[in-house]
Amino acid sequence: MATLCGDRATCERHGNGRLRMCLAVPVRVSALLGDHWIEIEVGGIHSRTSIALIDEVAVGDYVIVHAGYAIARLDVREAEKTLALFDEIAAQVKRPDDALHTRIS
Amino acid sequence: MRYILGFREGAAAAALSKLLATEVDPARQYHLMEFCGGHTHAIFHYGVEDLLPANVQLVHGPGCPVCVLPVPRLDAAIELAGQREVILVSYGDMLRVPASRRRSLLKARAQGADVRMAYSAFEALEIAASHPDREVVFFAIGFETTTPATAHIILEAHRRRLANFSVYCNHVITPAAIQSILDSPEVRERGEIRVDGFIGPSHVSAVIGSAPYECFAKDYGRPVVIAGFEPLDVLQAVLMLVRQLNAGRACVENQFTRGVTRAGNLKAQDLMNTVFERRPSFEWRGLGELPHSGVKIKSAYREFDAESRFAMQFKPVTENAACQCPAIIRGVKKPTDCAIFGTVCTPRDPIGSCMVSAEGACAAYYKYRRGALQVPA
Repeated sequence: MATLCGDRATCERHGNGRLRMCLAVPVRVSALLGDHWIEIEVGGIHSRTSIALIDEVAVGDYVIVHAGYAIARLDVREAEKTLALFDEIAAQVKRPDDALHTRIS
Repeated sequence: MRYILGFREGAAAAALSKLLATEVDPARQYHLMEFCGGHTHAIFHYGVEDLLPANVQLVHGPGCPVCVLPVPRLDAAIELAGQREVILVSYGDMLRVPASRRRSLLKARAQGADVRMAYSAFEALEIAASHPDREVVFFAIGFETTTPATAHIILEAHRRRLANFSVYCNHVITPAAIQSILDSPEVRERGEIRVDGFIGPSHVSAVIGSAPYECFAKDYGRPVVIAGFEPLDVLQAVLMLVRQLNAGRACVENQFTRGVTRAGNLKAQDLMNTVFERRPSFEWRGLGELPHSGVKIKSAYREFDAESRFAMQFKPVTENAACQCPAIIRGVKKPTDCAIFGTVCTPRDPIGSCMVSAEGACAAYYKYRRGALQVPA
């Protein structure tokens, strides 16, 4: 969670003082704070992030945050498609009568 | 949390792992390079290697921003931090990286220098605004993920006419590093490193898009699959690369469709192009001087360029002979090939930069693979 903290004190509390630069995660926009600032939320943790690098966002959108800046909007439709594909693969590989099974065993 | 935990789901990982085992050609070896340190970390953290067939090898790439910064440029930052009026601000990882004579920014701070850690580049600007009597320098490092943020603060400083703010720019360019690996004698002639395909970085690509990798597929015949940072993303990307290699194809594919498009983030690219221009050449630790691989601040914003404002000097240094960081960054050696790994060099007292950053290969090995090592008592 160290990545999400907005200030150093919080970071040091959560991340033993180590800050990670590149290991960002998708977060939900919980409020628009005006100028180029938004409030983000993930797993109950709230923090401040800049949206100077992306186009307008709305509350409820998901963004990918990297070192205090949102660098992309998370395309929820694409995320769902990828998750559905994983479900499909899991179901196919499990099912004993499936065509895939013969290739596994 | 669905868009985090959903991509770590065990059943799907097992299924992908089984599927991979059925699809690999047992007669061939697959050497895939994950460029980005974020992937290296995810691979070790989630044990992704254990889910791969034995003939799929992952080669760790140079995509760790603090690892590739050459020591003379860090020495210069420490030198600068020693000036009385200067407050030097940088990202957390940078502070612990060992410079020459085992100095570091953290040690400089202990000796009285005003060195501050920032999570976001914007904090440096805020520090400058609240300390008008001091010179605030942002020690900017990183790939295209952090470059747009640095561009943003320079434009903000320009707009606010902040006279006491400047940026020490060390930003580098991802495709240039990939190209240097493919052009290196180790890959082209000596065959010391074999790279059949690349797992492309997710967040760099969110900014630059997938198009800049197309030449590696077209001109070098290496498939590239841009992957997210979660374990299922990496597994799926490996599967996509294996399928391309089996079919004799080489193209750029995007596994991380939820964050990356072909064109990338145009607004961020525009900010970068406004403020920065390519350097004719830039030195990388481990990779040497690479043409057009770094950026500098354009002359229109020269007043914010710490390099000219403080007439910064770079003195060549001799690196610790035992430290294998340069070879590890190139992928020629593994951390365990280094004599001082885990003994003299540990995350608590690092000798080389790869042991410092959470994204460095040595730190990842130390954290997750130490049990497999024989560390002398």
